Amino acid sequence: MNKIGKPNLEVFSETLLKEARKNKNIIVVTSDSRGSGKLVPFGKELPNQIIEVGIAEQNLVGVSSGLAAGGKIVFGVSPASFLTARALEQIKNDVAYSDLNVSLIGISAGISYGQLGSTHHSIHDFATLRAINNMTIVAPADNFEAAEVIKQAISYNHPLYIRYGKKPMMDIHPPGTKFKIGKSIVVKKGEDLTIVATGETLQRAYLASEILKKSNIHCSIISMHTIKPFDKETFIEFSQNSKAILTVEEHSIFGGLGECCASLIAQNNINVKLKILGIPDEYMINGSQADVLDHYDMSPEKIAEISKDLLNK
Amino acid sequence: MNEKNLKKKSLEYRKTILEIIFQSGAGHTGGSLSCIDILNVLYNSVMDISPKNFPNLDRDHFIQSKGHSVEALFTVLCDCGFYSKKDLNTLNQFNSHFIGHPTKKVPGIEHNTGALGHGLSVAVGLAICKKIDQKNNKVFSLLGDGELSEGSVWEACTTASKYNLDNLIVIVDRNDLQITGKTEDVNPIEPIDKKFKSFGFETISTNGNNISDLLYVFQHVPVKENKPTVIIAKTTKGSGVSFIENQINWHHKVPSKDEYESAISELNEKLNSYE
Repeated sequence: MNKIGKPNLEVFSETLLKEARKNKNIIVVTSDSRGSGKLVPFGKELPNQIIEVGIAEQNLVGVSSGLAAGGKIVFGVSPASFLTARALEQIKNDVAYSDLNVSLIGISAGISYGQLGSTHHSIHDFATLRAINNMTIVAPADNFEAAEVIKQAISYNHPLYIRYGKKPMMDIHPPGTKFKIGKSIVVKKGEDLTIVATGETLQRAYLASEILKKSNIHCSIISMHTIKPFDKETFIEFSQNSKAILTVEEHSIFGGLGECCASLIAQNNINVKLKILGIPDEYMINGSQADVLDHYDMSPEKIAEISKDLLNK
Repeated sequence: MNEKNLKKKSLEYRKTILEIIFQSGAGHTGGSLSCIDILNVLYNSVMDISPKNFPNLDRDHFIQSKGHSVEALFTVLCDCGFYSKKDLNTLNQFNSHFIGHPTKKVPGIEHNTGALGHGLSVAVGLAICKKIDQKNNKVFSLLGDGELSEGSVWEACTTASKYNLDNLIVIVDRNDLQITGKTEDVNPIEPIDKKFKSFGFETISTNGNNISDLLYVFQHVPVKENKPTVIIAKTTKGSGVSFIENQINWHHKVPSKDEYESAISELNEKLNSYE
């Protein structure tokens, strides 16, 4: 049984603190998001490496860009929802178009805010940022991915968006796993179907595969932590050799992981069944992150059931 | 550079602005002519920015937040030796980096601008960076007056004040006009000085089309230790060409051949008076 680790957000802040102790060029910018970004210890230990702009996301992104233009390695930290919607034009022009070394950290991403409702959910961030040239988008799944992406972000030298949730995550990857931005991780291989998941839905896909194993259905699981640039090579290889593809994401069914996979299947003439799981276009139901994901067919049991349907079993 | 030469340069720059807009068939004539004296004084007498020191960061910085007045900036950077006139003449041609707003693909441009209300936050970030690195360089940013309706400008002001950015010098090109009409009719922004003051800035007003006034003001900034400065530069949109001055339709009007020739001869007459 896989052990339950820490919230990815905590791993983010611990990793960043460790790196920032060694590298004084690392600067964090927050928009009254120090507490929710788990950055209180960072602020206490390295007060000269944290800039607070108040509740002003557009300003957060602009100031981050200016610091990066001056040679700093910048982490702009703000709730994913506000960061990627309200400050979208700053992300587009000041970070992406200007090609600056800014890592934008979307905290409490997806539906992590649960009962706080749709104002606080970011089920649009993959879609909006995918359409912005020169943006890289990463959604780490477990503590390992959450830490590795920060270590790589420091020398990435280009615009980067990373989204983090706040619930403890199950450890999926065994020691020795390799992580690289832009290269997916094949968690397991099976000949029946391939489940592609990103971010915090990976553990649900993984648990579904354990259920399916009991019915003698063997699936491949891919952690598609990087939404852009998309690891086309791995995806195409698996879709050519699977009976069906199931995608799972904590995002609108529009413009995210699923539609990216659909586009690759269609444009590469691959004959494989596809089902996209995500948040449908409706007034979202209210509940905790777990309850909402369950409601929209992303419980491990439901993922297993849908997988069986796809395989006509 | 002495005052007389700067005044002559301002006239030459106006000729170049009109020439490149006329030749390329597009450009923001009115706003480029209103801010050209400010850019002239900044690049030729105030800022420590040159093609030689531009690649390293140990120098002053300039962010033109009112990106649409790019023809003025391109003209000055060309004269300062960042690129040749031949390069500048590719303005608006297919595949040229010389387009209708500043991009870093053009040598000497610090940041990509064009959408209004962005530049000041970036300038604030750069100024904080200089403070962290304990460098004495200054960061200058030019804003339009119509641009002051963007809320993000005022977000940036709060941070400039919080971090005591006396190395930040903001210049407002106060030409009173924007694309629809008078700023005070479109969406009143006065009192500009009191607004900035209440956001923690020291404010100075000056004639932004008068070289001696600009030289004087820039010698006296920052006004106060630990405070960001804003210079409200009162300018005339279309300044320097009688029939373009204060005309709303010249926001991005391109001169006809007759208008172009008439403007050039008016500027040549003024230049001749210096000989």
